[in-house]
Amino acid sequence: MQRRDFLNAFAAGAGLMIPLGREAWAATSVQRPTDRKLIVVMLRGAVDGLNVVAPIGDENYAQLRPSIALAAPGKDNGALDLDGYFGLHPALAPLMPLWREKKLAFVHASGSPDATRSHFDAQDYMESATPGVKSTPDGWMNRLIATLPGTSTPTRAVSVGPTMPRILSGQAAAINIANGSAAGKPGALDRPQLATAFDQLYMGHERFGKVYQDGREAHKEVMAATMAESMAADGGAPLPNGFPDDAARLAVLMRNDPNVQMAFFALGGWDTHASQGAGTGQLANRLAPLGQGLALLAQKLGPMFEDTTIVVMSEFGRTARENGNGGTDHGHGNVMWVLGGGVAGGKVLGDWQGVGNGQLNEGRDLPVTTDFRTVLAQIAERHLRLSDSQLAQVFPRMPSSSGLRLLRA
Amino acid sequence: MSARSWFASMILLAAVQAAPAALAAPPQLSGQAAAAHVLNRLAYGPAPGDIERVTQMGVARYIDSQLHPESLELPAALSERLAGLDTVQRSSGEVLGDFLAVRDMVKDETEDAKAMRREVLARINNQTAEARIARAVASPRQLEEVMVDFWFNHFNVFSGKGQVRPLVASYERDAIRPYVFGSFRDMLGATAKHPAMLFYLDNYLSKAGGLNENYARELMELHTLGVDKGYTQKDVTELARMLTGWSFAPRQLVARNETFRFDPKRHDNGDKQWLGRVVKPQGQAEGEYALDVLAVHPATARHISYKLAQYFVADEPPPALVERMAQTWVASKGDIRSVLKTLFASDEFMSPEAQGAKFKTPYQFVISAARAGNSAMAEVRPVLGALDRLGMPLYGCQTPDGYKNTQAAWLNPDALSRRIGYATTLAQGVDAAVVQAALGESVSERTQGVVAASPQKIRTAMLLGSPDFMQR
Repeated sequence: MQRRDFLNAFAAGAGLMIPLGREAWAATSVQRPTDRKLIVVMLRGAVDGLNVVAPIGDENYAQLRPSIALAAPGKDNGALDLDGYFGLHPALAPLMPLWREKKLAFVHASGSPDATRSHFDAQDYMESATPGVKSTPDGWMNRLIATLPGTSTPTRAVSVGPTMPRILSGQAAAINIANGSAAGKPGALDRPQLATAFDQLYMGHERFGKVYQDGREAHKEVMAATMAESMAADGGAPLPNGFPDDAARLAVLMRNDPNVQMAFFALGGWDTHASQGAGTGQLANRLAPLGQGLALLAQKLGPMFEDTTIVVMSEFGRTARENGNGGTDHGHGNVMWVLGGGVAGGKVLGDWQGVGNGQLNEGRDLPVTTDFRTVLAQIAERHLRLSDSQLAQVFPRMPSSSGLRLLRA
Repeated sequence: MSARSWFASMILLAAVQAAPAALAAPPQLSGQAAAAHVLNRLAYGPAPGDIERVTQMGVARYIDSQLHPESLELPAALSERLAGLDTVQRSSGEVLGDFLAVRDMVKDETEDAKAMRREVLARINNQTAEARIARAVASPRQLEEVMVDFWFNHFNVFSGKGQVRPLVASYERDAIRPYVFGSFRDMLGATAKHPAMLFYLDNYLSKAGGLNENYARELMELHTLGVDKGYTQKDVTELARMLTGWSFAPRQLVARNETFRFDPKRHDNGDKQWLGRVVKPQGQAEGEYALDVLAVHPATARHISYKLAQYFVADEPPPALVERMAQTWVASKGDIRSVLKTLFASDEFMSPEAQGAKFKTPYQFVISAARAGNSAMAEVRPVLGALDRLGMPLYGCQTPDGYKNTQAAWLNPDALSRRIGYATTLAQGVDAAVVQAALGESVSERTQGVVAASPQKIRTAMLLGSPDFMQR
């Protein structure tokens, strides 16, 4: 949608409680405190990073994975060449334009320094950003909300999905919106009589009042932003359900509601203990909508993508060797994906040591040579412009920087 | 609330209500408040008339009857309804046979084939769910239904994974329900050998030289000891070796209802070193031995006592209660009824602090709403849709840890507005006076006042969508 279309749509929808004025569109340069965006996608269940960004150039790779290794670039369903050594899973082909534009980078052999191979503990550590410490009360994205300059509305950080993830839990307000088209549609509380009645029951209620009120305000905002879009008649083809659909909706919301600065998605189904496949199959079927959705997100954000950083991460990697069932078991190091206008992309970053026998952690999986927090902290520092003391609040007890050069700025 | 502040407020309460006697018993709920409390915890909330009935018979007798539900007859309407659901009546092999027959037709893209596939899958899904929901709403054996939810979730399987879908009804009926008040070791064994679990956590594939660690890890981390309870990666691998050969063959399951087979040819016959023990090769007995050890291990006793206390008392359960429950567990060798008796007889459970302390899960919310409105839930599909949208699809938790039951997991802005929306839909045609009478004192005076001052036609929606009804 062009900006002019939006303004027309806005005019047509006069009377909507849309919280933005003309000045929101007056300039393209970064001006508001919420203009630099961050989107985090968490792959719950431990995605097999060695088949996302595969070390095709290491002869051990194919030997470790006789039935599931990606074929070399150029072969049937082969990997997509990244740098002559690493190859991208072919189901992620929609991301190759971003790679070529140097807006996509990977950090390999990254992850949490904690050795746990429990999904649930490892996810918890990645969301609290305090590996090994379970008592941390809040998630790092929530601490980020509290730290970022400017006044926050509840919509400053949005999770897409029916529950509030650990990463956004904490003192600062955050909201969640439904998957699919329901988020922008009117609900019971858009009927005045019910709204009055439930406002009386909930406003000021000690236990639920704040959550209720945040939800009410956010819903009005989200509905206004989404309705403006639908009136502009996007004209795009209908999207498949699932992540691509939600990603496109988020882009619309972010473009139309400048209060939204951060967003979070969680996608499941990566715990491929059996029959994961190689260039095609179970893992490919999961990766395809992810790649499609990320490409769509970048595209639909339009110019805003230049001010956006997207991180894809997963709690740990999987075994370098395939197991007895054409799958992989729980491992350690993984690959993080970073996309965005400011990313120094087109590179696989990190301290890569190979997958030879002597190079594996415990003889079984990738070592973690880059702490995931140093990747996140670099984004928080250089992209979101946090000071050292602010960084320390968001990422307490963080190891010193890795010397990674992830962002251009 | 942290454990410390829980204790602090207990002490404060005791001081306020029982001062100056330093050793006075902690305050306990009584009368209708106590009845409403146990109905909110041992049952899916009160149905019309329940609070009066429990008040009259006494809370202690009610708890006892719920712990020994054999004498409680199912209402005829419920029995008839269940009898009509063939998916939950037939053997797992028969249902799997239907499922595999249509799944194998997947390349046949005629409209007839597609329609038949849809019909078979829908029948399996809907009947499995209908049986669960109908019982949860209408069974007088409410604690049994609460425990089925708890233990299914503890030993979660995901119906969306391959062959699990047609096996879920049997899993619940044959591996969970018979044991919910019985020996934990029996339930552990029944889940370990059920084809739904064997498939879901891949153990049916694991063999000597082709190990799959998935089940062995979750068996210790989730089902028994709990994470970080002193076992290592090596212990996971060794336990997986002990369990090699625990399997099932789908064809034999369909043909002869053979739900489990130990296959000696797939078993790893080497020595194992597991949890500091040397395990000599003994075939299937190695796995049985592992379950014996795990079922009565003190770490298991504490882990599951914590989960039960969290489910029934508070998100951060009082440590002293958990410890007493764990002692009962060890002393009774994992007798679930004994552990529940310790829980329900505790001061902590009947404390005014516990009243309404739990935030309902979406499942508890929709079932309790049906009960309060005396709805038979003739149509289950809207219920299933609501559970999907609230983030808790029935039999739809992908991961083996099951759903959480804490406020932090379920309270969020979208959830409140969706629950209110669901309450508004469900309230159609339900008399607010009936609902208010059913809920009694579990609705605060403040809420009752606001509801009474609102238009008649939205009062039921207000009660079922009220802050009071979000908690139990």
